[in-house]
Amino acid sequence: MTSAELSTYCLYAAYSAMAIYVISFIAFALDLAKRSGDAQMAATAALKAQAVQAKARAGAVLEMAGGGSPAYGSGGGVAVLERTDVPSLEAPRKSSKFERIGMSMMALGLVVHIVSVVFRGLAAGRVPWANMFEFGLTGTALIVAMFLVVNLFVNVKYLGAYVMGLNLILLGVAVVNFYVAVSPLVPALQSYWLVIHVFVACLGTAFFAIAAGLSAAQIVQARREMSKNAGIKLFDTLPGADRLEDLAYRIALVGFVLWTFTLIAGAVWAEKAWGRYWGWDTKEVWTFIIWVIYAGYIHARATRGWRGARSSYLSLVGFAAVMFNFSVVNLFFKGLHAYSGL
Amino acid sequence: MTDASAQDRTDERADPLRPRDHIDYVAPASEASGSGSSGSGSGDGTITQPRLSFLGYVRFFWRQLTSMRTALFLLMLLAIAAIPGSLVPQQSADPNGVAQYKIDHAQLYPILNWFGLFNTYNTPWFSAVYLLLFISLIGCIIPRTKHHFDALRARPPKTPARLSRLAGFQSHPVRSEGVNGKAPVSADIAIAAARTQLRRAGYRTQVYGDSVSAERGYLRETGNLVFHMALLGVLITVGIGGSFGYTGNRVVVAGQSFSNNLGSYDSFNPGRWFTASQLAPYNIRVDKFVAKYETKIASSLGTPLDYTAYVTTQEQGQKEKKTTIKVNHPLDIGGTQVYVLGNGYAVDVTVRDGQGNVAFKDEVPFLPQDANLTSLGVIKVPDALPQQLGMIGFFYPSATPLSTGALTSNYPDTINPELTLDVYAGDLGLNDGVPKSVYTLNTDGLKPIAGTTSKAEEKPITLKPGETVKLPDGLGSVEFTGVKRFVSLDIHHDPSQVYVLIFAVLIVLGLLTGLFIPRRRVWVKAVSGPNGLSLEYAGLARGEDPTLERAVDDLAKRHLAMIGSPKQNTPPHPEPRPEKADDGSRLSQ
Repeated sequence: MTSAELSTYCLYAAYSAMAIYVISFIAFALDLAKRSGDAQMAATAALKAQAVQAKARAGAVLEMAGGGSPAYGSGGGVAVLERTDVPSLEAPRKSSKFERIGMSMMALGLVVHIVSVVFRGLAAGRVPWANMFEFGLTGTALIVAMFLVVNLFVNVKYLGAYVMGLNLILLGVAVVNFYVAVSPLVPALQSYWLVIHVFVACLGTAFFAIAAGLSAAQIVQARREMSKNAGIKLFDTLPGADRLEDLAYRIALVGFVLWTFTLIAGAVWAEKAWGRYWGWDTKEVWTFIIWVIYAGYIHARATRGWRGARSSYLSLVGFAAVMFNFSVVNLFFKGLHAYSGL
Repeated sequence: MTDASAQDRTDERADPLRPRDHIDYVAPASEASGSGSSGSGSGDGTITQPRLSFLGYVRFFWRQLTSMRTALFLLMLLAIAAIPGSLVPQQSADPNGVAQYKIDHAQLYPILNWFGLFNTYNTPWFSAVYLLLFISLIGCIIPRTKHHFDALRARPPKTPARLSRLAGFQSHPVRSEGVNGKAPVSADIAIAAARTQLRRAGYRTQVYGDSVSAERGYLRETGNLVFHMALLGVLITVGIGGSFGYTGNRVVVAGQSFSNNLGSYDSFNPGRWFTASQLAPYNIRVDKFVAKYETKIASSLGTPLDYTAYVTTQEQGQKEKKTTIKVNHPLDIGGTQVYVLGNGYAVDVTVRDGQGNVAFKDEVPFLPQDANLTSLGVIKVPDALPQQLGMIGFFYPSATPLSTGALTSNYPDTINPELTLDVYAGDLGLNDGVPKSVYTLNTDGLKPIAGTTSKAEEKPITLKPGETVKLPDGLGSVEFTGVKRFVSLDIHHDPSQVYVLIFAVLIVLGLLTGLFIPRRRVWVKAVSGPNGLSLEYAGLARGEDPTLERAVDDLAKRHLAMIGSPKQNTPPHPEPRPEKADDGSRLSQ
C-alpha cells in the first residue's frame, strides 16, 4: 500500500471510530438519564417508606395517647424530610444496560481508533505524533485508553459521557480542522525524544482530562452535600464528594508525574536540538505554567481550608491550561514548537 | 476517624513535620490544649497574642511565609506571572520579534518595556516571586529535614489500646487445637511470627507486650524532601552555572575554518565569571555542508529533511579528526558543544573598480529571509576607486518571476540560482570609527547607480553564476563567481549542565517516592479472651494511602496462614464505614 492509500485508510478508520464513539456517547447519555430516573424513584420510594413508618409510629403514638394531640402526629411527619437509608439501593449499584453498551462501544471504538493511528504511522513511516492532527488523533486514543485502564482499577464509568463528549470534540476538530497530509520530519524533530517526550505529554494530558472530569463532578457533589435539598438527583448515583476528590487527586498525581517527566525530557531534547535546555519558548512557558498549577493543586489538597471544591477548581484551571497549550499556543503563538503543520 | 486519631495521640512525634496549616498538621502536645481541636481551620495561634515583640513579629512573618497557604499563593502567582512572557516576544528567545513589535506597536512598546515584559523572566518582579517561593520552601524543608532525621531513628509508637476503630480492623480466633499434633499457637509465637513477616515486608517493628507495632514508608517523606531540595538545586545550579559558561556564534562558509578564540566570534555572551583563558584552543574546518530537501511529496516540497555539516576538527596537540555535526547531534569538543543552528548561502563575488583593479573578492554570507532561502546580503567595497561602492543584494537559489516582475525563490536548493544587486556609490562611512554591521548598508548620502529606486540610472544588476556585468559610468564590474553554503556555528559551554540534569533526575525520583510510597502503621495484637486466643489486625494511614485496608487484609491473611490458622471468610467488621463502598451508591447516606 502506498503512503497516500494508508493515510486515506487512517481517515476512514478515524471516521468509523467517531461513529462508534457517537453510539457510545448516546448510550452513556441514556445511562445518565436512567441514573437520574433511578435516583428520583429511589428518593420517592424512600419518602414513601418513611411516610409509612412515620404514620405507623404516629398511629402507635396516637393509640397510646388515646387520640392525643394532632400536633404530635405532625411532629412525626417532619421526620419525613430527613434522608434515611433506602434498603433497595444500599448494595452497590448494578451497571445499567446502557452503561454496558457505552463501555463496549467505547472499547470497540478504541480498537478502530488505534487502527487509524497505526495506519497514520505506517503512512508516515514514523511515530504518528508530529503535528496537530497527529497529536489530536493519538492523544484522544490515549484518553479513551487511559479511561478504560482506570476503570479496571476503580469504577468511574459515570464519566463515560464526559470522556466520550470531550473525545468526540477533540477528535472531530483534529480530523476536520487540523488534518494535514503526511509530511516528513524537519531535522529538529528527527530524534528518539520525539517518541518519548510527545507520547508522555499526551499520556499526561489523558490523566489530567479524567481528573478534570472527576473534579467537576466533585464540585457539583460538594455543593449538593452542602445544601439541604439537593437537586440533580443523578448525582445520587455517584460516589460522595470526598471519594470523587480522592480519585481526582490520585489520577491527577499520575498526570503530574508524567508532566514533570515531559518537562525534563523536553529540556534534554531542547539541549540537543536547539543548543539550550531552557529558553522560555512560548510552549516551554505554558508547559511550566501547567506544571506550577498542578503543583499548586497538590499543595491545595494538603492545605487547611482548601481541600474540597476549592482545590477542585485548580484541577479544572490546570486542565483548561493544558487545552489552551494544545490549541491556542500551538496555533497562534510564535515559538520554536511551531509544528502544528497548519 | 476523630476517635481513632484521639487514641493515636501519643505517637505523632515521628510523623513528618508539617506547616501549621497543613491538613495533616497536628499541634504538639504542649500547644494542643491552647489552639483547640485539629479540625478548627486556622492554626495560627500567634494571631491571638495581644502584643508582639520584634522577634515575635519576625517569627510571625516567618511562620506566614513558610505556611502552606503562602506557598500555594506564591505558586499561583508564579503561574500568572509567567503568562505575559508568552504573549509578547522575548529578547532572549526572539530578538527580531521584539524589534518588530517595537515597530508595530510604537505606543504600547515603551509601556510594556517599562514593565520589562520583553525580558519577563529576568525582571525583578518575576524574580521576586520565585525567590520568595524558594525562601518559603527553604523555611519549610529545613525543619522538616531535621525532624525527619530524628524520626528515622525513632521506634514505632505504642500499640493503641483499642484497635477496633482503626482502618481495616479485623479480629480472628486462633484454632485452639494444634495442627498435626503440634502445640497450639501461643501469643508470643504469633507475635514473633508477625514481627518477622512485617520486617520482611520492609516495616520497622517494635514489640509491646502481646502486640507488635510496625511502621513503614519513611521513604515517602525522604522522597518529598529530596524533590523539594532538588528543585532548589536546579535553581541554584542554573543561576550559578550560567555565570561560568559562555555562548558564542560564528558564521563559517564551507571551506573556511573557525578557531576558538575571542576574536573569531561574530557574537559572544560570556557569563559573569567567564575568563578568556577558559576557551579551549581548537579548530573546526567546515569542509562541506549538505542540506537535503523533500522532492517528492507535493504538499511539503522543499521541507528540509537533513542538515549535515562535514567538519575537520583539531584540538591542541592532537591529530585532525573528521566528523559531522547534525541538528540533533551537536559536536562535543574541548568541553563545549558545537551546534549547527542556521545555514544559508554565501555568494562568491569579485568586484573590479573603475581602474580595473580587483577591489573586492570574497564569499559573502547572505541571510535567509524565508523557507525557500531567498537571502539578503550586503557587499561593501571600500577599496574601489574612484568611488567606494556599496551593494544590497538578493540571492534566489531557485529564482522564479512573480506576476509583478519581481523575483522570488520557490525551492531552497540551487536549481536556478540568481543574484540581484542594487549598487550605490559614495562614501560608505567606514572610516569614521563607528562600528557598522556587515549585514546592513546605510544608503543615506550614497548615489544610487543601479536599483529599483527611481533615482537609479539603471535597473538592478542581475547575475547568474559565472556572469560578469559592467557597472555604469565606468565604475567597474561585478563578477558572480559562484555560490557556497555557510553554517552558523553556535558554541556553548555550560559546566553546570550535568548538575542540572542530576537534580532533574532527583526531582522525578523524589516525586515518585514522595507521592506513591504509602506511609502507614500496622499493628498485630494477640488478645486472650474467654473463647481462647484471637488475633487483631489494624492499620493507620499517615498521609494519602488508598490501599491501606487491602494491605492490612493481606497481612492478616498471610500471617494467619503462617501460624497455621488460615483466615476465615467474612471478617467481623464492627462498624463498616460507608465511604469504603468503592463505587456507585451513596444513597444510603
